This record gives sequence, structure tokens and C-alpha cells, in this order.
Amino acid sequence: MAVSEITVEEVAAERNEPSHRRALRDWICRKPLGAAGAFVVLFFIFLAAVAELITVYDPVANSFESMHVPPGAAHWFGTDQFGRDILTRIIFGARTALLVGFLASVVGSTLGLVLGVTSAYFGGRFDLIFQRIMDVFMSFPLIIMALAVVSIFGTGIQNVILAITIPFIPRCARVVRSSALAVREIPYVDAARTLGFVHTRIILRHMVPNVMAPYLIMLTTFMGQAILLEASLSYLGLGVQEPTPAWGLMLQGGAEEYAESAPWIPIFPGLAITTAVFAFNLFGDALRDTLDPRLRSE
Amino acid sequence: MKAMRWKTVIALALIAVFAIFAAGSASAAPKKGGVLKFVVGSKIPSYDAHVETTFGMIHPIRPFYSLLIRVNPNNPSSPTDFVCDVCEGSIPTPTEESTKYTFKIRDNIWFHDGQKLTAADVKATYDKIISPPKGVVSARKAFYTMVESVTAPDKNTLVFKLKYPSGAFVPALASPFNFIYRKADLDKHGYTWHKKNVNGTGAFRFVQHKPGAFVEGKRYAKYHHKGKPYLDGFRAISAPKMSIRLQAIRGGRASIEFRGFPPKARDDLKKALGGKLKVQESDWNCNLMITPNSKRAPFNDARVRRALTLAVDRWGGSKYLSRIAIVKTVGGIVFPKHPFAATKAELQKIAGYWPDINKSRAEAKRLLKAAGVDLSKTYIFNNRGVDQPYRVVGTWLIDQWRKVGLKFKQEVKPSPAFYDSLRKKKDWHVSIDFNCQSVINPLVDVSKFLSNDVSGSQHAQYQDRTMDKLYDQMNREADPAKQREIMRKYEKRALDTMAHQFVTLWWYKINPHRSDVKGWKIAPSHYLNQSLDQVWLDQ
Repeated sequence: MAVSEITVEEVAAERNEPSHRRALRDWICRKPLGAAGAFVVLFFIFLAAVAELITVYDPVANSFESMHVPPGAAHWFGTDQFGRDILTRIIFGARTALLVGFLASVVGSTLGLVLGVTSAYFGGRFDLIFQRIMDVFMSFPLIIMALAVVSIFGTGIQNVILAITIPFIPRCARVVRSSALAVREIPYVDAARTLGFVHTRIILRHMVPNVMAPYLIMLTTFMGQAILLEASLSYLGLGVQEPTPAWGLMLQGGAEEYAESAPWIPIFPGLAITTAVFAFNLFGDALRDTLDPRLRSE
Repeated sequence: MKAMRWKTVIALALIAVFAIFAAGSASAAPKKGGVLKFVVGSKIPSYDAHVETTFGMIHPIRPFYSLLIRVNPNNPSSPTDFVCDVCEGSIPTPTEESTKYTFKIRDNIWFHDGQKLTAADVKATYDKIISPPKGVVSARKAFYTMVESVTAPDKNTLVFKLKYPSGAFVPALASPFNFIYRKADLDKHGYTWHKKNVNGTGAFRFVQHKPGAFVEGKRYAKYHHKGKPYLDGFRAISAPKMSIRLQAIRGGRASIEFRGFPPKARDDLKKALGGKLKVQESDWNCNLMITPNSKRAPFNDARVRRALTLAVDRWGGSKYLSRIAIVKTVGGIVFPKHPFAATKAELQKIAGYWPDINKSRAEAKRLLKAAGVDLSKTYIFNNRGVDQPYRVVGTWLIDQWRKVGLKFKQEVKPSPAFYDSLRKKKDWHVSIDFNCQSVINPLVDVSKFLSNDVSGSQHAQYQDRTMDKLYDQMNREADPAKQREIMRKYEKRALDTMAHQFVTLWWYKINPHRSDVKGWKIAPSHYLNQSLDQVWLDQ
């Protein structure tokens, strides 16, 4: 017979600890990589929030006396061809990346959630037609779809958000719909119908909360993808424009031209993009493992 | 015996020298064959050169067309050396007190569709350029204000009658944008047909254009300059990003880019290719301009426009920007090395060129305050999606204006969308623009500063009859000293008093290319010498 090694004090302490904190601690122990990802994401959010307080240089002001200064004590990440401090621009660039990442993924996923659940709820011909429309949207690769939207609406941060949001909608709708199809068959939905609740109430109050797990997983996955897409669009000259600090934009122009003679110009923004996307992906994977009941039971 | 030996040695030495010389001459003789691949950094807005102003069109499309006269391809740096293209012999001497030019048109020229070229085709072309019907754009019509009439009395004679003698006329005729179109095409298909169709008499026939990818041309066997072109064909590869163009030359996927690279790119290529690279450099008859929208507040106020130019530190910019961009020389509206150009002392009296930038910016702030400009607003700055020098100079300008409190949001667009905004939409407060001319011809090069209903290429939308009057006076004046004097008044009014539009910096042309490209000589313009009929590959 196994003997418990937990002391009475430990059991008491565990009982006194709030449940959410305990759950968080358990999650960190079970998913250390996901926790590391979440930490990096929080770190970037912190940098973006207090950018003015922790930087000493102006992110957009030209300083030609300091052109192409290599990394050193005065400029930790060096300066670019306009003499701007690269670390400062990376910190301010986190704002652009996170703003685009959060807004595009939240709006895209939420619209996808509502549309996916609605499609599953009504089923029949509505579902059939709606899914074919989604098929059309999904037949375009993400970047091509985003490029098409930017070409129509033009460049600028709002249009970049729109360009990234649109291709996310069908992808989230498709995933959420598959979960919602199962939820639809559960008796409480029939019960709600029998009680005469309107469709909107059944969808939003009874079905949507039960498909939150895939929604949250898609949301975190999209954040990484949105940051990468924003960087790609800016790199192609179709995203945000100079002098706005943005990681993709920092890889464009001067970074290409001076890649050999001043490699710090492309290296640090490239690292920022890689780290942020990797962190969001780690966090998203861990979240999926936690929220997916099949993976959880394993 | 000893004398005999010496004679033999001398004879052998002479033979050796002769052999070396002969070998050198042989290698300099053009070789036939090969396909020239070159990269182009801008898209093609349309094929119609009478409308367009961009190298994006000239580089891939010019080889399909001929001109009446052209800059001597063997001496393109000279502003006065012109040779006949579809005309015969040398450039005619004017008669009737220098107001009549009679050109003989060659009898051996066929369009690519098989029809023969006559003087009527050249006349129809110049009618379209000089006096287009209402609604038809002709970007350089202001170059020909001195022309009274164009006539074609017979199929081999073309006559230009001028209102007054003008030294600007012949250089204007040599503009590389004056593609000769077939009259029947214009009559049958209308004045917009050439925007999307090609039918010329140039050294190469149009094969295909894959938008965003390449334009292909092949040798035209019936080309009127006998023995030319040397190449079997060419492929103009579209590569908007400078890094791609550089890598293309470096990797041998293209041999040349005709526009120009910044100094850093030249140095990198030199380092990588060594002896396989040849570099040609020249001053450039091209400047980057700032065009405020005179129809949109607050830029409809001359004080605000003046503040815009006063904020820009051109002398400092020249020093640093020349290291990272293809701009270099501080100058006024005239090509800086021309006798009509303002001297440094003259320039420093014009707003935006003052030697003390702090004083200049203080005055800019005062003017903005006096004009009641809302400094919390963000204004739109329209820019072109071409790396050099647009984006670099655009980013620099925004920083310069920020120093006097003006905030701009830069909207960078691909060339066709940029032109659409610049010419038609006018959805900007300030736009970048350029005055890139081909032949150095100050008397017409400055026509961009005329009223918009006269100029054809002025996009600030102002009408200033005083400017038009000064321009007319200058062109009618025979004494160069007096012409220069009027030019100063014209310049002062354009850049300072009315601050209609401003010059930022003049460009500097650097063309590194693979050393097997022969026969192409750099000109002070990226529009000139692009017929490619002289070019050959030493392979």
C-alpha cells in the first residue's frame, strides 16, 4: 500500500491557495514550453505598453551623424541607415505587431465563431451555401488573400488589419462549425428550441459558450500568423509605411541593401519576429493541449 | 651581321605591336547575337510614351520605336550632339530667320506591321504631342510652345514652322518620348490605342509582355539602320526591389540595369564581381520634387508651402543622403552644371536653401503659426513605391517637416497607382514628384513649373500667369545673358515667392554593369540612349 508523503501543512496550504492560482501553477508544471511562450508574449506586451518609458531614443527621428553604427554601449542593437536606434524601433515595433496581431486575430476569430456556429445551427441549404462560400475564401493561400485585400483597399495599418482579418474568418468558421455540429445535437439545444427561444439567443447563449475551446485555440494560433503576415506585407511594401516602426518594414529597403555591411539591421528585427511568432505558437499549442478534451484525457 | 639582327628584332617588334593592335581592334568590333537581359525597377503604366514620364516604360518599350532625331548614341553626354533617326542626313539648318526646319524622311522604313513609314506618320505623331485634342494627355506639350505648325508637303518631307527662333526646339525634338506612331493606327484606333498596343519601327519587334514579369523583344530584320541591331533580342525583367536587381546582376541573371544604383550597391557589386564589372557614372538631369496640392487646405496658402520648403535642410541632406541614395547635388530648377543654373550664392537667397537651417526652420514655424495651421492634424504624403530614391528621400522629408511641427502619413503606392493619385485622384496634401528630363534643355525642362493648363506635367494644380509670361519671355529672348536673368526671376517665383513646388536634391547616376555589355554609353539621363541598337554582348 502506497503511503502518502504529503504533510498535513502542505494539504492545508493547498486548500488555502486560490483555485485559479493552483490551476495556473499546475499548468506551468505540465506545459513549461507553453508557459515560456506565454511569458515571452507578456514580455512583448509589457515592452509595447511602456515603450516611451524604457527607451531613450526617438524611434522615427533621423540622426545622420549616427548612420550604420554597429551594436555597442550607446546603441545596443546598432542603428540603421537613417541613424535610428534599432532597439528603440523594435520596442515600438512591438506595438504595431501586437496591435495588428490582436485586432486581426480577435476580430477574425470572433466573426468566424459566430458565422461557424450559425452555419452549424441552421444546417441544411444555408449551411451548404455558406460552406461553399467559405471554400472559395479558403482556396486562396493566406498571403495571397491578404495581398488581394491590400491591393483593393490600399496600404496603412487599418487596411493591413482588414487584410489579415478577412482570410482568418473562414478558417475559424470551418473549425468552429465542426464542434458546433456536435453541440447542436445535444438535447439542451432542442430544449431551448422547445421553450421558444429565438435563434440569436440559442446561438449566442447556448451554443457559442460550448465551442469556446476551439475558438481560443484558433485565436492564439492566429496571433502568431497575424504578426507574420503583417511583417510579410510590410516587407513587400504593402503594410505600414515609413517612418512607423514595424518589424517587417525594418527588414525592407535598407536591411536588404546593407545585409552584408551592416548585418545588425536585418538580424534584430528578424529575431523579434521569430521570437514573437514562436512564443505565440508555443502558447497556442499548450492551450490546445489543455482545452482539447481528447488530448487532455491522454 | 649585327645590323641584320637588329633589323630583324625591330621588324618582329613592329609585327608584334601590329598584331596586338589588330587583336584589340578585332575585340572592339561589335559581335552579333545574344539576348540582353536587363532589370527594370518600375512597372509599365502604359506603352504610350507621349503620355508617360517614367523609365518603367522607356526601358522596355523604347527599343520598339524610332524617333525623328535622337541624341548621338556614341556621344550621349553632349547636350548638342544630335543625329537623324527616321530623318535622313544631318540635322537641318533652319531657314527663314531660323523659324523653319525641313526634314527629309528616309524612304526605307517599315513599321513592324509591314506598312511603310512616311512623313504623314511623323506629322501625325507630332500633332498628337504638340496639340492633342482636349482630354488627351501629352506630358511634354509645353516643350513645343514655339511651334506654329507641322506640315508634310510630300511623303518624304516634314516641315516645322516656328513662331519665333528658339534654341530649345531641336533638343526638344530629340526627346526619347517622341515615339513615331503610324498615322493609320491613330486614325483607325484612336489616341489611346498605343497605351496597350505596340507598332513601331524600332530595332526590335514586340514579342510579349507578361505584366509584373518581363517584356520581350526580338531583332527586327528590316530595321532602317543597316547592320543593326547586334542583339538577337532583349528581355526586360521587372524587379521592383533593388536587392533583387542587384542580385540579378551579381548572379548573372541580368547584365545591366539602366537607371542607376546608390554608391553602396556599386561598391558591393565591385567587391563581388571584380573585373567582370564595369561602372559608368554621370551627373543626372533629374531631380526629386515636392508638390503641394494647391487646391487642398492648408497648402492652398503660399505661407504654408513656403514653410514646407524652409523646413528642408538641403545642404545637410546632400552630405548624408548621397551615401545611401542616388541623390547628391543641391540645385535650383536648372540642371546644376548648366550655365543657366543658379550659383551657390544665388541659391542661398532662395527659401529652403538658406545657409542657416535653424533660421530657416524658425521662419517656417512663424509662417505656419501665422497661417493658423492645425499642427495636431496628420497630412497625407503621396510617395512612389520605388526604392531609390523615392522611399529614402520620402522618409527623410517626413523627418524634416516633423522638425517644424508638421506631421505626415506616408502613402507609398506602386507606380501605376502613384501616377493615378498624382495625376487624377489628387487624394494627397503633398506628393513627391520628379522632374526627370532627357536632353539637357533648361528652357523647356523648367516647363513643369508652368500653369497646369499649359504645362501638361504640373500636378500641383496651380495657375500662375506670371510664371507663364516669364517662361514665354525667356523662350523668345535671343540673348543668353538676359535669358539667364529671366530664369532667375522664374525660379525665385516658383520656389520662393509663390512656393508652388520645390526641388529637393538632384540625382547622381551610377550604372554598374557586367563588362560583357558593350556599345552602351551612359548619358546624363536614364531616358536617353535606350534604343539598344548599338548594344552588343562580348560573349
